[in-house]
Amino acid sequence: MSVDHKLSMSIDIENLTKTYSGFAALDDVSLSIKSGEFLSLLGSSGSGKTTLLMALAGFVRPDAGSIRFGGREMIFEPPHKRDVGMMFQSYALFPHMNVFQNVAYPLKLRGYKRAEIRQRVEQALATVELDHLIERGITEMSGGQRQRIALARAIVFEPKILLMDEPLSALDKRLRETMQLELRRLHERLGMTVVYVTHDQREALTMSDRIAVMSKGKIRQVDTPLNLYERPANRFIAEFVGESSCLPVSVEGGQIHFQGRALRTASQASGLQQPSLVVRPEKLQFVTSDAADFNLLQGHVSDVIFQGESQLVQVDLGEGMAVAIRRPTRSSSDNRLPVRGEAVTLGLHVQDTLVVGEQA
Amino acid sequence: MSAIDAGALNARELRSADRRHRLFLFGSGLPALLLVLVTFVLPIGWLFWLSLFDADGQLTIQNYTRLLEPIYVLTFVQTFKIAVIVTVVCVLIGYPYAYFMTKGPHWLASLAMGVLLVSLWTSLLVRTYAWLIILQRRGMANDLLMALGITDVPLSLVHNLTGTVIGMVHIMLPFMILPLYAAMKSIDPIYNQAAAAFGASPARAFRDVFLPLSLPGLAAGATLVFVITLGFYVTPALLGGGKVQMISMRIESDVSMYANWGAASSLGVVLLIATLLMLFIVKKGAGFSRRSE
Repeated sequence: MSVDHKLSMSIDIENLTKTYSGFAALDDVSLSIKSGEFLSLLGSSGSGKTTLLMALAGFVRPDAGSIRFGGREMIFEPPHKRDVGMMFQSYALFPHMNVFQNVAYPLKLRGYKRAEIRQRVEQALATVELDHLIERGITEMSGGQRQRIALARAIVFEPKILLMDEPLSALDKRLRETMQLELRRLHERLGMTVVYVTHDQREALTMSDRIAVMSKGKIRQVDTPLNLYERPANRFIAEFVGESSCLPVSVEGGQIHFQGRALRTASQASGLQQPSLVVRPEKLQFVTSDAADFNLLQGHVSDVIFQGESQLVQVDLGEGMAVAIRRPTRSSSDNRLPVRGEAVTLGLHVQDTLVVGEQA
Repeated sequence: MSAIDAGALNARELRSADRRHRLFLFGSGLPALLLVLVTFVLPIGWLFWLSLFDADGQLTIQNYTRLLEPIYVLTFVQTFKIAVIVTVVCVLIGYPYAYFMTKGPHWLASLAMGVLLVSLWTSLLVRTYAWLIILQRRGMANDLLMALGITDVPLSLVHNLTGTVIGMVHIMLPFMILPLYAAMKSIDPIYNQAAAAFGASPARAFRDVFLPLSLPGLAAGATLVFVITLGFYVTPALLGGGKVQMISMRIESDVSMYANWGAASSLGVVLLIATLLMLFIVKKGAGFSRRSE
């Protein structure tokens, strides 16, 4: 990723707090976003991710804290003086303006000359491959086209910071996945700092340099997609990112036990409160009971679910615990799938054996 | 449509079910259609028919040529002048009022709506007489103006154009504000946010986004006020004190003093045509402004 500091700006958020009648939407949030970084705010609804984005845009006035763009304090600036690009969830394209007028609007406000506006709008629309629709009305556009026009409008004045509020959530799955890759490429090409709000963890994993996971107004972990998935800081992150089962384990003399057996782990697990074993479906495999380098889990098959590209086998481990194991659907699959009720032994590789605590 | 073979599975039955459904829709709309025909279309036709006869029942165009006499031309001019003034004043008061109801704090907005509705629900005659009392020579309005030192001698606020306009504006305001309020309420605040995000100051965002999006409501309200004002009778008759002549008053005198139905009808027809013409122009103008924005 090329980081040209003329094209982007760092964002520093410090001790940001916002309370709505006793409910903390932002609870002492601090976060540093590097210049040129693509950072996603990931969380369920009510986690504070949108409030944080709106505070960056200037639409939410925090109770306390600091927001700096490129080192400059912004907390007192009204929205129209923050000079950021913005993409709204509903796109917020002006219905009384056509495609050209919508995309030209930020340039018009910045006092560009007529000819330059024309040229830049055409260029921005070409970037999103809609230059042939320049004189059309907004109401004639499909959802996917509106999304692209909103994107063109957000980038047409080459903002150093681009804020995006779930811009793909209204699109169908296939279009959404295409746009994720396109937005990623666009970011690589234009190099601005992007703050991207989403509740879709797969989207966040696909696009981001780093992801900040939020819940209850706090940032729970900030990390690269890979680390977030493979090294979750706590049980909340482990359950929120990816499919996983968290199984309670006991610690006796620094040794972790599960189902009466000692677990071998890659990471240090001492000192964790209420430790849990994190088991993800794709990490498991069917093994014989003497497999080396594997921790073994014993159980009975409770269900086999066909999901297209893979099959999910649900295994009851007893004592109210269950895990799932995912297998690709290949006709040449090495061994047959077990049937319901069958006793199975599952292997979890030592390197994939992850134990997390309740809190970081 | 007929590409489907009638012999295909259930095709005939489905088609006849479709036909029954359409027949039902037509049938359920028919009574209302007939009512409109009997109560609107027929009387207007009758009105037009009457306007072609003189008091003795002779076919004539004299009812229309008479309207070219200065006294009638002046009445028409005055009627349109009053309608324009009332509409403009209603826009000037109604737009900020509706904006306040849309954006203001909830309890104040409710209060503003309450005041508006109570005024709308109060009898037109009561309100007109109330203005007569308020605006008279030693009325509350003059007392207040003199107490504030704005004027030394009582102003003549009633039995003239001023009083007529004040009363009509008051009566007409709800018709301006309610469509405007509905239009403003339906403007998603996200558009103003978007404008701000791209660098528009609040005033600029209002000019570029809110105002153009509220124009259809403004056009609806202004049209309503203008059209109703053109045919207004009670308020100008009472507050104008005979000095303000509107078409409706000429119609009244033609009918009740001279029993000249033909003359009254011709006035009605011309007023109707003028009104339709105005509506047509407003519609064209609104369409144009939306496209050019």
